[in-house]
Amino acid sequence: MATQILMPALSPTMTEGKLARWLKKVGDDVRAGDVIAEIETDKATMEVEAVDEGKLAQILVDEGAEGVAVNTPIALLAGDGEDQGRVAPPPPPPHEAPAAARPAATAAAGQTGAAPEKDWGPTAHISVREALRDAMALEMRQDDRVFLLGEEVAQYQGAYKVSQGLLDEFGPRRVIDTPITEHGFTGMAVGAAMNGLKPIVEFMTFNFAMQAIDQIINSAAKTLYMSGGQMGCPIVFRGPNGAASRVAAQHSQCYASWYAHVPGLKVVAPWSSADAKGLLRAAIRDPNPVIVLENEILYGQSFDCPTAEDFVVPIGRAKVERPGTQVTLVAFSIMVGVAMRAAETLAEAGISAEVINLRSLRPLDIATVVASVKKTNRIVTVEEGWPFAGIGAEVNMQIIEQCFDWLDAPPMRVHGLDVPLPYAANLEKLALPQPDWVVDAVRKIV
Amino acid sequence: MAQAAAEAKKRGREKGNGSGTHAGQDGARRERLLRAYHDMLLIRRFEEKAGQLYGMGLIGGFCHLYIGQEAVVVGMQMALGPGDQVITSYRDHGHMLATGMDPRGVMAELTGRATGYSHGKGGSMHMFSKEKNFFGGHGIVGAQVSLGTGLAFSNWYRGNDRVCLTYFGEGASNQGQVFESFNLAALMKLPCVFVIENNKYGMGTSVERASASRDLSQNGAPWGIAGTQVDGMDVEAVHAAAEQAVAACRAGNGPYLLEVKTYRYRGHSMSDPGKYRTREEIQKMRAEHDCIETVQHRLESLGADAAELKRIDDVLKRQIQEAADYAQSSPEPDPSQLWTDVLVEG
Repeated sequence: MATQILMPALSPTMTEGKLARWLKKVGDDVRAGDVIAEIETDKATMEVEAVDEGKLAQILVDEGAEGVAVNTPIALLAGDGEDQGRVAPPPPPPHEAPAAARPAATAAAGQTGAAPEKDWGPTAHISVREALRDAMALEMRQDDRVFLLGEEVAQYQGAYKVSQGLLDEFGPRRVIDTPITEHGFTGMAVGAAMNGLKPIVEFMTFNFAMQAIDQIINSAAKTLYMSGGQMGCPIVFRGPNGAASRVAAQHSQCYASWYAHVPGLKVVAPWSSADAKGLLRAAIRDPNPVIVLENEILYGQSFDCPTAEDFVVPIGRAKVERPGTQVTLVAFSIMVGVAMRAAETLAEAGISAEVINLRSLRPLDIATVVASVKKTNRIVTVEEGWPFAGIGAEVNMQIIEQCFDWLDAPPMRVHGLDVPLPYAANLEKLALPQPDWVVDAVRKIV
Repeated sequence: MAQAAAEAKKRGREKGNGSGTHAGQDGARRERLLRAYHDMLLIRRFEEKAGQLYGMGLIGGFCHLYIGQEAVVVGMQMALGPGDQVITSYRDHGHMLATGMDPRGVMAELTGRATGYSHGKGGSMHMFSKEKNFFGGHGIVGAQVSLGTGLAFSNWYRGNDRVCLTYFGEGASNQGQVFESFNLAALMKLPCVFVIENNKYGMGTSVERASASRDLSQNGAPWGIAGTQVDGMDVEAVHAAAEQAVAACRAGNGPYLLEVKTYRYRGHSMSDPGKYRTREEIQKMRAEHDCIETVQHRLESLGADAAELKRIDDVLKRQIQEAADYAQSSPEPDPSQLWTDVLVEG
């Protein structure tokens, strides 16, 4: 039985090509691997290799023919007598792809935030640093698969002393000092997570995680999807994010919108000690890759934090930190404190502001923000990062999409200025959002 | 005959290496070679069919064929035991078949069907099998090297004696994270065999134009990583080197580096015009060093019947044709699958 040789597709975009030259003629013996023809594609001239063996029985498309569609029979090959099992022609492409069923809410949207915060009982006044350390220790006691690695996390007790005491309690197998090699140790941790361990990767700061961002996004965030759900990546990436103080442009950047952009990641940004402890515990338990954006300045600040053994803050739930009626202030991480101070100033002036602490950026609890805006009819977002495609832009856009008719004024953004962060004390202060900026923004719309 | 080959495989595994008599050694070697012949030919027939289906537009995007390099994965795999891990780059079809993944599921993934290993969501470069300890299938050049180091780390953490084979090309060997991984693996004595498949060209750039290092097996030397160069067109040579490397790792000596010198007959991907090397160079490798023909000659000199080898090939061709039919007749993923597997729920 003769085998058809079809016009091959030789690139992802090729639909037709020119049959430039035949290198075999009718009657020639053809062996697998022989070049039989040259084809000019949309990119280059390519050689066509024979796959089957046999004698070239007939040439169906002459050389020089242009616009030969992919899959057109171009020659017939007489077989060596055995049925090589010809490949059936491809099924016709469907004319229109059926519209994929979208989930009801936006993919990144969280559950409704209407439920009140659970009362966890007694609290202790502890620093954010202690809260983070306690969260890791509690989870490491419960699950041997959990371990911490990063630069200076063990013997040095943490560059910012967040991992203080962990080496003593858990030993060098589970609290691992790495060399300064973010790309390498992040990839290593992701590989360990793919095989069922639960690493906590500490970046000395998130600025250094840029060395490793390929592993975070291309390996950690996408593998579950690319494997059809077969292989997940339960891992936590944590460390200080954003500006510290006088460390200039390379060490002062907010990565919130970078990571929140990526499906397959969860992103949280704690403000208080309770946020830090509860969210980090939830992140460690989560079967997905979770980015925990901490803040160096907050490490030393203390807040009341529940002492309950099982205290946890579910990912995807914002918190109303201060109720109000005339404007909604939406913030995360250290900017929650800025928004709170602004709210106090506004209260003195007779303006009632509601402050929402997002806590999670992905999934984003937009329902809590919507509920608030439907009450106050005004929104001001507050973030330390740059404005372009930032978290404020996203929150405000979702508000416009979901409750445009409730808005009595344009949504406003307060954000870090659109410049690399300067070193000089005066310039740095001018570049980062201050409570006054929030007050000024509110005064423009109330 | 598939049964005969499978039987041969089974016997090969059970017997292992050292049979006492000369005749016994010949017999054991013949069985190993028969198994290698079968496994290499399975990969070649699979890849030829994949190339065909690509030409027909049934496989889209990037498709990197393994034709010519079959001896590398088959020889390496012969040294592995249960629970050992394998991870590689995007030229991964051969590795999947060598670990025992079903050709039908692999081919169905290539055609983007629901029955593929990733339910059609990964494609040629992104397939995984927890069952076979195959960890992908990675599209970013060099990324799998750090990930493989992490798989080895998980063995170290768990205190078992499993070993991870981490494959990458000579092109990837220049990536910074490869050297970072060498350092980490050597520092922590991780059971990782780094396998550089040196097929001479990273896409269109020859190794001489890309690497200042002339002996890639010594790229781990600054970290004290033992390294060996291996003839990757000779499956027995690969197997012998693999046994040594895997044993060293399993014994807790830390990582090992193999530079396996091989050759790909096809382009970097399907859309590679291949102008960076001559047709004569390819034909010379095919004619003089083909890994499958080499094994065929050895088998014949050990008394194997040419007709028997032909029957193995016929059975494989039918098996691959069935895989191709399966890959074309399977349904595309349901549109609802677009939104699944982004996150693990709950």
